[in-house]
Amino acid sequence: MKEKIMHGVFALAALTSIFAVVLICVFLFASGVPAMQEVGFLKFLGGTSWKPTASNPEFGIFPMIIGSIYVTAGSIIIGVPIGVLTAVFMAFYCPKKLYRPLKSATELLAGIPSVVYGFFGLVVIVPFLRELFSKNYGCKGQSILAASILLGLMILPTIIGVSESALRAVPKSYYEGATALGATHEEAIFRTVLPAAKSGVLAGVILGIGRAIGETMAVIMVAGNQPRVPESIFQGVRTLTGNIVMDMAYAEGLHREVLIATGVVLFVFILIINISFSILKRRDSNAG
Amino acid sequence: MQVEIKSKRKRPLSIILKILVAVAALITFAALIFLIVYILVNGIPYLKPSLFALEYNSENVSMFPALINTLLMTLIALIIAVPLGVFTAIYLVEYAKKGSKLVEVIRMTAETLSGIPSIVYGLFGMLFFVQRLQMGLSLISGALTVAIMILPLVIRTTEEALISVPQMYREASFGLGAGKLRTVFRAVLPSAVPGILAGVILAIGRIVGETAALIYTAGTVAEIAVGSDFLLDSTRTLAVHMYILSSEGFHTGEAYATGVVLLIMVFVINALSNIAAKKIGVNK
Repeated sequence: MKEKIMHGVFALAALTSIFAVVLICVFLFASGVPAMQEVGFLKFLGGTSWKPTASNPEFGIFPMIIGSIYVTAGSIIIGVPIGVLTAVFMAFYCPKKLYRPLKSATELLAGIPSVVYGFFGLVVIVPFLRELFSKNYGCKGQSILAASILLGLMILPTIIGVSESALRAVPKSYYEGATALGATHEEAIFRTVLPAAKSGVLAGVILGIGRAIGETMAVIMVAGNQPRVPESIFQGVRTLTGNIVMDMAYAEGLHREVLIATGVVLFVFILIINISFSILKRRDSNAG
Repeated sequence: MQVEIKSKRKRPLSIILKILVAVAALITFAALIFLIVYILVNGIPYLKPSLFALEYNSENVSMFPALINTLLMTLIALIIAVPLGVFTAIYLVEYAKKGSKLVEVIRMTAETLSGIPSIVYGLFGMLFFVQRLQMGLSLISGALTVAIMILPLVIRTTEEALISVPQMYREASFGLGAGKLRTVFRAVLPSAVPGILAGVILAIGRIVGETAALIYTAGTVAEIAVGSDFLLDSTRTLAVHMYILSSEGFHTGEAYATGVVLLIMVFVINALSNIAAKKIGVNK
């Protein structure tokens, strides 16, 4: 009897995560989709003007979609080379004695709260960029560039972690075969091991994209949050996540629902990224 | 011990690649050290006793209420999420039939949950707990929101811990006449405790550092939640406190100091998680 009850309790607990996902979808879509319809899908997704409080309000989130894409692309350009090369370092170059402390350091990098990153960006990266680029480019500091650098730093632990385990999963014989054929240490790593770990590394990059596009607080603090389509990387920009937090404090009525619709767009982006991640992971485990 | 085969030949391109690898690693670790040292150096001078006063007011932006609220929030979220997560993992590993459709769906949804950004959790919490269930901006709304957020982490680490328990333990327990339930609670769970603990500690780290999911669910009131209805008090956690201080811009020094406290908490949390994780190695 007791066995049966507990079996039921365990099964019920297991259903909560399904229940949670369903609830999240239902509540977001139920408030977001009608708002999209009211504004008009094309006007909402393609409109370049965001004037939520004007007497004739306009709710175009195109600038924020572009903003999220720019900032994420920037973080990938900065974070991926550094992250993958650091993963190579961790897997093939790191002295044994240094490995434990450095591994803990990457874990620490993952554990630092995003407000702390954002604050660091605000007091270090933003003034630095202002100093460097204000004369020639009119950069006020808070810009796409600042957000890209900061996010590039924030996604490093994700990319390093996933890439390193992908590199370690490649059979040693690949490396040994290459060196036996006369390749140097570097040639063996970059010509045989890294290509073999390709899909694992790519999975890490996709996970990094997911983190960057969903990051909120750190981006708000350094991106400037101007809702317009930017013309250069030295201008400020507002992301989808930033749009939600900036406006939610005072939004009412349709404006509020449009912000939830912005969340729906973000959610759809994330779902696409997650699905491509699990496809890649599956392919990787089949190949291995 | 395997013999390490390492080529000693050198070519120009190889030297360049080697330098690039070294530079990348240097950038990564130098950035981390710079960030930590910068916050510590600028924050420690502001870490005065008055910042730990019981009351927050506009003259003395004490972080103490936020600190207490952070602990309360963490505790309540864990009370909700840990049993749910551990039970889910027990179901997946010990009870469910291998390859059943339900298990696949549960794994998929847990994976989906772990990918959702915290601001989306915040929106959901605002719509569901704050508005629909009429809990208002409160400790309990915030705690429920972050509880869902850490659920996938608890599930995954517990699953891994349960899987790593040798099959022998279960067989021995069954052999001695124990039932399924007794086996799970007396033989399997105890040896999985360090692994579960490591996951729970990581989850604490996520709650402590969370901001976006809490601003519109728990609110930003800087008072300790007390009294019989403390669950319904609006509260700000340390991370939210730091965000508000830095966005107001009047108390940068105090924001640094809050950053120091947050960093110290993260150090401790990471160290504890590592110790717990090492225990698993000993058990094997």
